[in-house]
Amino acid sequence: MVDGSLPSVPDAAGRFGPFGGRYVPETLVAALEQLAAEYKAAMADAEFTSRLDELLARYAGRPTPLTFAGRLTEHAGGARIYLKREDLAHTGAHKINNTIGQGLLTARMGKKRVIAETGAGQHGVATATAAAHFGLECEIYMGAEDVRRQRLNVYRMELLGATVNVVESGSRTLKDATNEALRDWMETVEHTHYILGSVVGPHPFPMIVRDFQSIIGRECRRQCSEAFGRVPDAIVACVGGGSNAAGIFYPFIEETAVTRIGVEAGGRSSRPGEHAAPLRYGAPGVLHGSLSYVLQDEFGQTAPVHSCSAGLDYPGVGPEHAYWKDAGLVEYTSVSDDEALDAFALLSRLEGIVPALEPAHAIAAAVKRAASMKPDEVVVINLSGRGDKDVEEVSRLRG
Amino acid sequence: MTHRVDEIFATLRAEGRKGLIPFVTAGYPSLQATAAVIGAFEESLGPTVVELGIPFSDPIADGPVIAASMHEALHCGVTPQAVFDTVRSLRPDTGHALVAMVSASIVERMGPDRFVALAAESGFDGLIVPDLDVSGSAGRLDEITARHGLALTMLVAPNTPAGRVASIASRCTGFVYVLARVGLTGERTSLPDVSARVQAVRSVTDRPIAVGFGISRPEQVAAATRTADAAIVGSAIVRRMGRAADPAAAAAEFAAELAAGLPSGNGSPAAPE
Repeated sequence: MVDGSLPSVPDAAGRFGPFGGRYVPETLVAALEQLAAEYKAAMADAEFTSRLDELLARYAGRPTPLTFAGRLTEHAGGARIYLKREDLAHTGAHKINNTIGQGLLTARMGKKRVIAETGAGQHGVATATAAAHFGLECEIYMGAEDVRRQRLNVYRMELLGATVNVVESGSRTLKDATNEALRDWMETVEHTHYILGSVVGPHPFPMIVRDFQSIIGRECRRQCSEAFGRVPDAIVACVGGGSNAAGIFYPFIEETAVTRIGVEAGGRSSRPGEHAAPLRYGAPGVLHGSLSYVLQDEFGQTAPVHSCSAGLDYPGVGPEHAYWKDAGLVEYTSVSDDEALDAFALLSRLEGIVPALEPAHAIAAAVKRAASMKPDEVVVINLSGRGDKDVEEVSRLRG
Repeated sequence: MTHRVDEIFATLRAEGRKGLIPFVTAGYPSLQATAAVIGAFEESLGPTVVELGIPFSDPIADGPVIAASMHEALHCGVTPQAVFDTVRSLRPDTGHALVAMVSASIVERMGPDRFVALAAESGFDGLIVPDLDVSGSAGRLDEITARHGLALTMLVAPNTPAGRVASIASRCTGFVYVLARVGLTGERTSLPDVSARVQAVRSVTDRPIAVGFGISRPEQVAAATRTADAAIVGSAIVRRMGRAADPAAAAAEFAAELAAGLPSGNGSPAAPE
């Protein structure tokens, strides 16, 4: 709806088919309408888009490379595996693509303060980074359990000048951090912008975050063309809220030659409370402002979830993923904690790249898939972030 | 169709009085306390509108007091079904209009048709879904609540543009809920002047208007009801229920103190005949 090249979802009410929408208290509606209008105007403003492009190139270090993973390919024994290297973007993850975009929007709206939720801390770091760059006051909400297991990122956020608020309520993870960020926004909406970090939340966030992250897929398309002269046969990405997956899938979404595979956190088992895989095991429901697949009980109360990966430890998922699932446009699967931890070690040893625990899920699924494919076929993994932040937690888990 | 919410406000208007609308979290500190407080409010306030908050795991519009009460109720196993059962058991004995305050997450998961049917059948008179997608799903809820004779209340915020105020008010079949301030539920020492905003809503609707969010003192009740038909008080009541030996008595006593802030046209708190 921003320009002719975008498909028709979401509609004006923020719906991706039946999913999405804007289930928020009235207090936030005016800010969301302002954001939608400002975003539309910004994307039609050549000065804004060229500033964004320049920041992505000269500040965030884009384009990130597409790397052929020779030894991983040999190990899998099937299709050739390439890595889209979002771990090499500034701050070490894809999250910077969105925070630079929303940071520019914040400045355009004249707001002086930003807030954000974070799970693994990557979005918190990327938000604190953008805030430092644009000279904005910054507060981050992070669950106490995630503060423990992603301590390095807490130090990074503070170093960048942000205040980190530790959330002790509920499961003390990403869901609860999001609740607190929304509560902050309810009180401060007149001068604060909420930089939501994934393709979740009320309209227009799922659309804006998808669009800012789509640079991953657009670059990947061009790089695939240069590297092997066509689109890949499969693209694999991990899905928590789903921003890195939306970013790499979206520019390929209508490509029938490409199989898109989203990988959720399978945790310890498929029993309730032991995984974080709403697309696989959940049902439609409302969480954090939009209708999507959610892990809830029969009365709509949010269910407990588990993943070894803080960034995937979330009971909901972006509404566009729900739409893609029901439309058969993306195949969704899940990978256990153990498989992800194995893949974390595997990529480190075989390629000299320590992945974050989140994309380690994608690596595990991709290796399995590649093994069943032919040597002239190609699998691209979205390596959404690097694993420095996880080294301490993995050594605790794997001792 | 005339429902109990309209009847309560019609009586208030006919008698030149204003109302106090207490909010309690259903099932906090127990379902027995909820049943008892409904009766106790009738003794201290006369028949009025009572909001029952159905506990939700992630109440993002609520401040710490109500959020904690909801988590406590959920911890004790309070479900929407249990709230409906409680309302059904006390319905024959109460003249209050009972309004359910419930998250869209609960309504959507149970199914709007099923949720509204169960609420109406149990004896609820009205419904507030504060995080309703007004542009998306409200259309269906308008129709469903109308079919089941439930009054639908929607909210107007301080930052709601004028055109949208008119559209929201036109879809309310119960009272219009005017938020006194931006932010979360909870007690505040000062309250912004809401009279201009209430008058603006009044100019576009004949529906009764109630003001809430941040009201916890008789003088705030007085200020809000200078223009509005009623004042809504939640957190201050819920907080008192949580720490009292007799939660219902504590809530009713406090509600009577607040009602002293209603304009002098209000007579004795005894139920009008």
